[in-house]
Amino acid sequence: MSRFIKLTGMAMGVAATAMMISGTANAKVEGDTIILGSAISFTGKYSTNGIHAKNGYELAIKKINEGGGVKVGGKSYMLKVIYYDDESTPARGAQLAERLIKQDGVQFMLGPYSSGLTKAIAPVTEKHKIPMVEAEGASRSLFTQGYKYLFAVLSTSEQYLASAVGLAAEIGKKNGKKAGDITVAMAFENDPFSLDVRAGVLDDVKKHGLKVVIDDKLPRDLSDMTATLTKVRAIKPDLLVVSGHSKGAATAARQIKELKIDVPMIAMTHCEAAKVVKKFGPSTNDFLCPTQWAETLSYSDKLFGTAMEYDTLFKATFEGYKNVPYQAAQASAAVQVWKDAFERAQSFDKDKVRDALAATDMKSFYGNIRFSKAGNNIAKPMVLRQIQNGEYKVVAPTKWASDPVNWPRKAQ
Amino acid sequence: MFDNIALLGMAPLLNVQLLLDGLLIGAIFALAAYGLALVWGVMNVKNLAQGDFVIMGGYIAVVLANNGIHPILGLPLAAVVMFIFGWIMYRTIIRRVVERDMFTSLLATFGIAIVLAQSLNLAFGPDVQVAKSGFETMSMFGGNVTISQAKLIAFVLAAILATGLVLFMKNSRMGQAIRATAQDARAAKVMGIDTDRVYAFTFALNAAICGAAGVLIAMVWVIQPFFGITHSIRSFVIVTAAGFGNLPGVIIAGLGLGGLEQFSGFILGAEFQQATVVGTLIAVLLWRQIQQRRHRQVVE
Repeated sequence: MSRFIKLTGMAMGVAATAMMISGTANAKVEGDTIILGSAISFTGKYSTNGIHAKNGYELAIKKINEGGGVKVGGKSYMLKVIYYDDESTPARGAQLAERLIKQDGVQFMLGPYSSGLTKAIAPVTEKHKIPMVEAEGASRSLFTQGYKYLFAVLSTSEQYLASAVGLAAEIGKKNGKKAGDITVAMAFENDPFSLDVRAGVLDDVKKHGLKVVIDDKLPRDLSDMTATLTKVRAIKPDLLVVSGHSKGAATAARQIKELKIDVPMIAMTHCEAAKVVKKFGPSTNDFLCPTQWAETLSYSDKLFGTAMEYDTLFKATFEGYKNVPYQAAQASAAVQVWKDAFERAQSFDKDKVRDALAATDMKSFYGNIRFSKAGNNIAKPMVLRQIQNGEYKVVAPTKWASDPVNWPRKAQ
Repeated sequence: MFDNIALLGMAPLLNVQLLLDGLLIGAIFALAAYGLALVWGVMNVKNLAQGDFVIMGGYIAVVLANNGIHPILGLPLAAVVMFIFGWIMYRTIIRRVVERDMFTSLLATFGIAIVLAQSLNLAFGPDVQVAKSGFETMSMFGGNVTISQAKLIAFVLAAILATGLVLFMKNSRMGQAIRATAQDARAAKVMGIDTDRVYAFTFALNAAICGAAGVLIAMVWVIQPFFGITHSIRSFVIVTAAGFGNLPGVIIAGLGLGGLEQFSGFILGAEFQQATVVGTLIAVLLWRQIQQRRHRQVVE
């Protein structure tokens, strides 16, 4: 008899566990909590920015939950995120996305950090028809695959340095140069992001009729670009553009100073992430640096107030930030997009939510957000800032410019 | 490509610039490569963590520089720290693989390389770092040729270190013991040399050399936790081209590699800088094969 009881007990236990497992498998919304999922880099080479992004997600979630949560069908829901560490490796990211969807039953995803990781995860979310709002993958190639469930709040990478080319053309013409005499030297890392930036620059070079005199591709593990810069010094182009993540910016800044490169205009990505001002001081003055967002812009929304207020709140919430990285700001915006979509869909059906996402048209402290058919944000331009006396000042587009551009740049 | 060659012809000073940059940086490559040749020649261990030792030395310099200690003063300190680290590595891991076949030592040192890179990443984050030296740049020929003082000083320091090493190997008891062990470990043992201690010292010395090279690299370039591998590759190329136990060869190959990288970067574009290095290695190996075949025929 006792054996029978034991067996039934065991069988019931197994059944209960099975029910629990199948229970979580459908849990997109548990009680009054909406569960989002994200595989993001807490360790490995993207960890710094991965953590910036997580802080951005968390700040928006905290603020939304404090303000009464997400209202669907007359009821308030809190937001929560399940995070996994993807160790900055694409293969792991894809695995974890699979796990979030299949085991944890997540139906709504937030993106990872970097274009590479987003590229690895997007096919998984697409396969399971799980909508993902991402904030950190800017590569153009993400939006040429025909993905239907991928939405990005940031500007795509080909826009990063395009405005610098326009600026060079404008200044050159003002100084009486013919378009064909305005020369551009390019040094881009050989990776998907930087090559996208390069494609954007090339488009604009063609549009304005400028002339490319150097077109070097830097190796991935780059720590020396003296050969390229020696060429730049000999040819003296009107514009030098560099893109190679933080290491490219740091290497370029160091060696531009060392080789006393005297070019009237220098533009590069990731100046801020590489902390070039702190590391190389006044020699970085007049560098042009694109950014997705700046706290001085005049965007605002109901949740965070103005961009400046977001900046203050972020610094008060997380210790150790002197500047708020745009990676954090756009992560916060991604969470706002989710809230907006749920409230317009008035449903947790993932296809209805997807359609609501596709119809997004909102203003946020980060900028306006409206998605193209491909899923990228087409309502927010990139901003170009210039390092002036060690501070980042917005110089283009003219609508947001706080200061005139310094030209020509003097070699320090 | 031809434009760039034409440019070099039109402005001969560019050649001077490239050559200078190449030679100055090549001296640091030679230093790290000499350490590799030492370990390879004496212990028959191919240290794949060589570049990561270099980067580790660089981080020591960065930490010291951030605390107000100039990298040049930090150099001896980094060498001492790395010497101790190398000794510990030998005692815990390397001594177990010295007598084994090649693959065991390759795997073990590859493992060390991965652990080191990831640990550095955990400790310092993935951002690039530089050790601020505060040195200026000197201009010559009306600004057409510039030499960074940091590179010049690094070159001089590398030369002093190399000379010191040669004297040490020639004249000190330990140096003699190392050379004896390299020639024939068994015979050395029979003669009463504690080969285990010689191995430990050799490996620690290599780590110290790498540490010093790392300090110089952090002073003139940028470092990042995952940059070790490129320095490992450079060291391997230099040692393979020069042959171990051939210090003048290592120095010439190091300087040559530095120059080659600059010229290929200039002429072919930066994307071919590394490719040229590896391409040269293949060419050298092919040449060696042909030479050896000839040699074999003569012996037959």
